[in-house]
Amino acid sequence: MKTSIGGRAAQYVIAYLFMLVALYPIVLMIASSFKTNMEIFSNPLSLPSSFSFETYKKLWETVPFADFLWNSIFVSGVSVLLITVFSALAAFYLARFSFKWSGLLYFFFLIGLMIPIKLGIVPLFLLMKSLGLLGTLWSLILVYTASGIPIAVFILTGFFRTLPVELEEAARIDGCSHFQVFWRVLLPLIRPALATVVIINFISAWNDFFFPLIFIQKETLKTIPVGMMMLFGEYETDWSLLFAGLTLSALPMIVVFLLASRQFMEGLTAGAVK
Amino acid sequence: MGNIAADRQGIRPKGRASWLIHLFPLPALVIYTLFVIYPIFSAFTYSLYEWEGLKRGVFAGWKNFATLFTVEPFQEMFWNSFGHNLLYFVVEMVVQNGTAFGLAFLIYRKIRGAGFLKMAYFMPRLLSVIVVGILWKLILHPNFGPLNTLLTKIGLGEWAKPWLGDPDTALLAIILVNCWFGAGFAMLIFLAGLQSIPEELIEAARLDGARGLGMLWKIILPLCMPSITIMTIFTFIQAFEAFELVYAMQGSMGEPFHSTDTLAVYFYRLAFSSAGGGDVAIGLGSALAVVLFVIVASVSAVSLRLMLKREVRH
Repeated sequence: MKTSIGGRAAQYVIAYLFMLVALYPIVLMIASSFKTNMEIFSNPLSLPSSFSFETYKKLWETVPFADFLWNSIFVSGVSVLLITVFSALAAFYLARFSFKWSGLLYFFFLIGLMIPIKLGIVPLFLLMKSLGLLGTLWSLILVYTASGIPIAVFILTGFFRTLPVELEEAARIDGCSHFQVFWRVLLPLIRPALATVVIINFISAWNDFFFPLIFIQKETLKTIPVGMMMLFGEYETDWSLLFAGLTLSALPMIVVFLLASRQFMEGLTAGAVK
Repeated sequence: MGNIAADRQGIRPKGRASWLIHLFPLPALVIYTLFVIYPIFSAFTYSLYEWEGLKRGVFAGWKNFATLFTVEPFQEMFWNSFGHNLLYFVVEMVVQNGTAFGLAFLIYRKIRGAGFLKMAYFMPRLLSVIVVGILWKLILHPNFGPLNTLLTKIGLGEWAKPWLGDPDTALLAIILVNCWFGAGFAMLIFLAGLQSIPEELIEAARLDGARGLGMLWKIILPLCMPSITIMTIFTFIQAFEAFELVYAMQGSMGEPFHSTDTLAVYFYRLAFSSAGGGDVAIGLGSALAVVLFVIVASVSAVSLRLMLKREVRH
């Protein structure tokens, strides 16, 4: 396809203009966190006149941000670990063995891809209450783990199927048990798929707001998104504090993304367009 | 689908420890059944009973559904929110997915700096929806917000307005913020679709005289149909589940005057807050959940079929 010089120039203008649209609000958020309130209101668009970490200090003192951060890390970390381990075991079973119920079981897991789990929130709430888990981080971990399993089983089963069967036959002849075949031979081979599963589920657990909003009441057990929402309610007029809070809550994900952007972008689409 | 059992690579387990293999899927199965399947099916049951607070009352049949669709203010709330969800879907399709396809196409055509642009477009998707909501609420602030300041600075001062306070612009503002958030992900999906087009097909079309827009319409778009279909389904599901951004920007009443209400926000109000006027209404909330479930699941069922069809082909 040939394009005229003018057409080509227009393409560059559009591409880089949209880059500004995508990045500018994020840059603004970070820049504003270093400003004073006065500076934000009088000069909202400019860069900060000086870099001061005062606001971050204040943020640390006004809200238990360290608690929020730890809760987010703990909940997302444990959920992703459980999803990956449990789904890998199930996917191994579904992809490498055939019993008469295998098809049904696979289908049963895939139903979860169509179910918006948010709509089960009322029964979930009562279930967590009767299990005595309401108001604990485990209520979140269990929901995230359960709702992450379908996509993980789907992706991992697909990958396990692509591995040649000779590999495990050889391993079995060498005397490996099912678990050893799974753990030592196959798991290392599906590492890319595991990375995909980890990324997809980590993003959704880390950023989720709905379940902690309903399950968690205690201030020190809140995850970052809910903590931020509370901050907004209470300090609506202190913009520099708000911007610092937003920046701090976005930072971990941005840093991980900058370190592994390729893996992130490929991982996220792998589930959708294989 | 039933053929999976007769999979070519199926192995008949042998040996003494073979029953142990049945333990492998158990943890996933138990957690998933208990915390996904059970709650969703309970929501169906709940919708058929009367509720007093958190206590289940007598069997009510379809009464909750009838109330939802025939009694005011419920009837009006439903259709008002439903309309907003539809608008959400339409605007996302046109603005977010349209832009995203254009950007994916530019990157596909190997524009300079493509790797960096891809990262930049995707950046907003990394933020939590709550962060996005609060950030844009600040940007759109009527007095101190950077957007109105910017408009004034470039001489468009009369365009400045309280975007989120005006019932005419509030919903559109929220949906456009959602477009800002989601365009990068859509771009990646479309790019994956574009990159899966075999080079030879494009080459052959070029030899047949296809150029520019003709090439785009007649060759490239049809070949991108799988990724366009997937993205349409994603967008639909997301539009009908829209909750967090609205809640972060306009609270649980869909202010101003319910002009930004969505079905999920309305559902949250019925099930979890007395703000909707009266007590928490678990029966009504569950009935609404069932209706939303039917809307979303019937569309996702199509997506599941598509995914399975493609898998068979592999």
